[in-house]
Amino acid sequence: MGPSALRCPPLSCRTSPPHGGRSLPAPRKANLPTCGKDVRQDGEGRGLANVSPIARNALIAFVSLVLFLLAAFSTARAADETELRTIIAKFATSKNFNQTEEIVRELGATGDPVVEKVLVALSDGNVAFRKADQAVFIVKEGATVSLFDPVTGESAGEAQKGELTKVKVNNGLRRVIRDVLGSLTLGADDPAVRFAAAQTMFRNPDPAAIPALDAAIAAEKVAHVKRALEQARASAVLVSDLPESDKLAAIEIVRDRGDRDALSILTAFEARAEGALRDAAASAIATINSNLAIWQAGQNVWFGISLGSVLLLAAIGLAITFGVMGVINMAHGEMVMLGAYTTYVVQNLIRTYAPELFDWSLAIALPAAFLVAGGVGLAIERGIIRFLYGRPLETLLATWGVSLILQQAVRSIFGPTNREVGNPSWMSGGFQIGELAFTWNRFWIVIFAMAVFAVLLYVMKRTHWGLEMRAVTANRRMAASMGIRTPWVDAFTFALGSGIAGIAGVALSQIDNVSPNLGQGYIIDSFMVVVFGGVGNLWGTLVGALSLGVLNKFLEPYAGAVLGKILVLVLIILFIQKRPRGLFALKGRAVEA
Amino acid sequence: MKMPFKEFAAATVMATAMSFAAPAWAQEDTIKVGVLHSLSGTMAISETTLKDTMLFLIEEQNKKGGLLGKKLEAVVVDPASDWPLFAEKARELISVNKVAAVFGCWTSVSRKSVLPVFEELNSLLFYPVQYEGEESQRNVFYTGAAPNQQAIPAVDYLMNEEGVERWVLAGTDYVYPQTTNKILQAYLESKGVAKEDIMINYTPFGHSDWQTIVTDIKNFGSAGKKTAVVSTINGDANVPFYKELGNQGIKAEDIPVVAFSVGEEELAGLDTAPLVGHLTAWNYFQSVDTEENAAFIEAWRAFTKNDKRVTNDPMEAHVIGFNMWVKAVEKAGTTDPDAVIDAIIGVSVPNLSGGYSSMMPNHHITKPVLIGEIQADGQMETVWQTSGLVVGDEWSDYLPDSKDLIADWRAPLSCGNFNVATGKCGGKGTN
Repeated sequence: MGPSALRCPPLSCRTSPPHGGRSLPAPRKANLPTCGKDVRQDGEGRGLANVSPIARNALIAFVSLVLFLLAAFSTARAADETELRTIIAKFATSKNFNQTEEIVRELGATGDPVVEKVLVALSDGNVAFRKADQAVFIVKEGATVSLFDPVTGESAGEAQKGELTKVKVNNGLRRVIRDVLGSLTLGADDPAVRFAAAQTMFRNPDPAAIPALDAAIAAEKVAHVKRALEQARASAVLVSDLPESDKLAAIEIVRDRGDRDALSILTAFEARAEGALRDAAASAIATINSNLAIWQAGQNVWFGISLGSVLLLAAIGLAITFGVMGVINMAHGEMVMLGAYTTYVVQNLIRTYAPELFDWSLAIALPAAFLVAGGVGLAIERGIIRFLYGRPLETLLATWGVSLILQQAVRSIFGPTNREVGNPSWMSGGFQIGELAFTWNRFWIVIFAMAVFAVLLYVMKRTHWGLEMRAVTANRRMAASMGIRTPWVDAFTFALGSGIAGIAGVALSQIDNVSPNLGQGYIIDSFMVVVFGGVGNLWGTLVGALSLGVLNKFLEPYAGAVLGKILVLVLIILFIQKRPRGLFALKGRAVEA
Repeated sequence: MKMPFKEFAAATVMATAMSFAAPAWAQEDTIKVGVLHSLSGTMAISETTLKDTMLFLIEEQNKKGGLLGKKLEAVVVDPASDWPLFAEKARELISVNKVAAVFGCWTSVSRKSVLPVFEELNSLLFYPVQYEGEESQRNVFYTGAAPNQQAIPAVDYLMNEEGVERWVLAGTDYVYPQTTNKILQAYLESKGVAKEDIMINYTPFGHSDWQTIVTDIKNFGSAGKKTAVVSTINGDANVPFYKELGNQGIKAEDIPVVAFSVGEEELAGLDTAPLVGHLTAWNYFQSVDTEENAAFIEAWRAFTKNDKRVTNDPMEAHVIGFNMWVKAVEKAGTTDPDAVIDAIIGVSVPNLSGGYSSMMPNHHITKPVLIGEIQADGQMETVWQTSGLVVGDEWSDYLPDSKDLIADWRAPLSCGNFNVATGKCGGKGTN
């Protein structure tokens, strides 16, 4: 097969008739050189939906006869629409996954890019057949099910759910479909699709694909796609019977790729290789491993920062209520939970009344969560805590009682089960820099935590209110005699701390369960961060949270998650023995206030 | 005549007891059924549904005319996810409320905490959750799956159908995952899986930061062999785990995860689109296509007045357990525990997946095993199931300590840990 044959293989170029309806297949030959484009326009060209069944059958019979004659004269095997339809129709009679798999392979063997549509749909579980006449369709579920023709993708009416039976797929089938699609889409127009195809073929090496890959490499213009294709070829060479020199070259190409997939390919190769090849593979594996170890350290730092900023978010409200005001607030975690539930309510309202705003739901939930949690905080301060200042033990017990009440209240209102808080599209998935994997939700939470910290710092240091707050903390009587209404400063400071916990809840709803128990998981960690960082110091909380996060993540791979947590706790206890006031101890008179 | 002090005291006690039990006197013609599920605390998420299931079943039974000509009455208590409180509440149900049988518990530790109470007061407990096995007690009926009814078939499926050669056993750090993983490890090694191809990982309850572990799994999976994760991660921690899997781009086609504690209820709080294809192993799915199941779902939704309410495996276990108890009581003609314990062995009732489940002499039941793939709508689709019913095996054949043990509560053996090698009753697991 030559290079052009691959980009535009003759067997796949029997495709579309001129637009506007079905005509004799004769003009198809004329379409051959540009078939890649025509395939994409298939949808318009293959309108069969409006033709009556009898006429359609007759037409199909006629066309297939002509095609048969045509095929008899040409050497290239042309997969024609009838043949495709016959194969696709078999989905309706498939008894088990093995039979379905055979049908998929048969479809793949036609080499016709048109089958991509039906295969993708099948992989997504969107292929079904009508119980009445066993006709196979691509389906899209709404209130009723919309039907689409499996070959042309044109609308073919609607049906009720009960009238259809889905073609079942499992993982094994999805894998087969992916492989089949990989080789089919190697000649696609979109470089991204070709790149994805090359990646799939790299992970699932097949020696039979080498000629096709050679052809694709020769025709490829985009540099990174070309590299991916070469890597795919190399991985296929490693499982082929080609001579040793080819394989040695292939090992180098795979080694230079240097990621986990490359390691996987080489490890599998090393296991069955011998002699020089085995040594080459072993040294390539060692090179990749030592590179990956460096990336891994970087990855751990990122994980640590990410965990640290979650801790920071959870603890920063407590840094105010406990750190600045000295109130041991056991209901702090429940403020976080209230924030998360506010997000849930906001999202529900948005889903019902303005679904197009869904991507903004978190931004809308932020002020709402601040107000809800801040309001509850204000109520707690005015209703309970203000009577208990200077009595830490009673405050502890009272706020713990409040936390139980809040939990059970939420459980009674929303039910005990988890509530689903959706991730907006910009919070889903991830991206990769080198071998560092970042997930978007964690990434935005790090940014968000830093922003919250900056704003809070500004409020405390640069605003009049912040000044009053600090004055009251430093010397209550002096502040009172300067005309500051200390009870209200207390109340609003507590409300601020609770409100911040509320917006932390918005962020945490993206990575954790929204359940009545959400807060409990964070309360201990929050106190740990504040105590470790130094009571009464926001910078201490920041440094404390991040260093605990990073420490935790470096311990975890060696000690495991359970032991890692214990070790961190022990280290903190030892640290507090040495520095009872934490990392950043307040100095001067404020200490005794 | 002057009343002796002893009699006076006894009378006082009785009077007090009577005043406590006053409502009970008023309805003496009812049979009481205890429901021991946490309605608050961490386990409320799972157990509240089971309480509702019991109320539903009792109501349905009363519609059919009750039991032995009497109405059934549910006595619901809340042990609040507090393990010692389970024992106290069980005692209260049996000795104060005089219930004929108790349906309850979820975690193994709560079951272990109530065992001595049931033994001492000789009452009945129906336990509806899949568990680690290694136990058989005269007063307890295990209607959930033993490891051979869930974990082992799931591993077989992955090995045979998906060709998995490398295994990550990930679990929450407590008794069920640890015992199950021990059994699975022994089983895998017996199938020729090398030690370095098994990775075991434990995490604390409610673990929410899965970044490192998911990366570890990814790394473990890049050794050129097909890898799968067997997850015994408990309830809540699953949601962030699956989210992290989805975000780090681990697809079911590459590294499938088969979970033993994730049901329809857990998935209800989750966007399942990135999870399509990950597996679960249970004995029942809501999506099971049988008439019994359709009728059950319809009645259940009517009872809860919520047409989106999901059903799950432990619910089905309660349905089976309750119907078995009803049948056994009818057979024995009394609710007396000893008579019911004798009568219930061999009783079989329809399960919701189209077959009949029977109570075996080891107090475990027969069930089909289903492997399902998670769908985008949060339901499971059965991709494989055992051809027949599987008998619950209380003492695992793969652990050296328990492979010689059997349980048979029929006379004359009447033993929960009979050692076939020594021919003696007793030994490991006498609790």
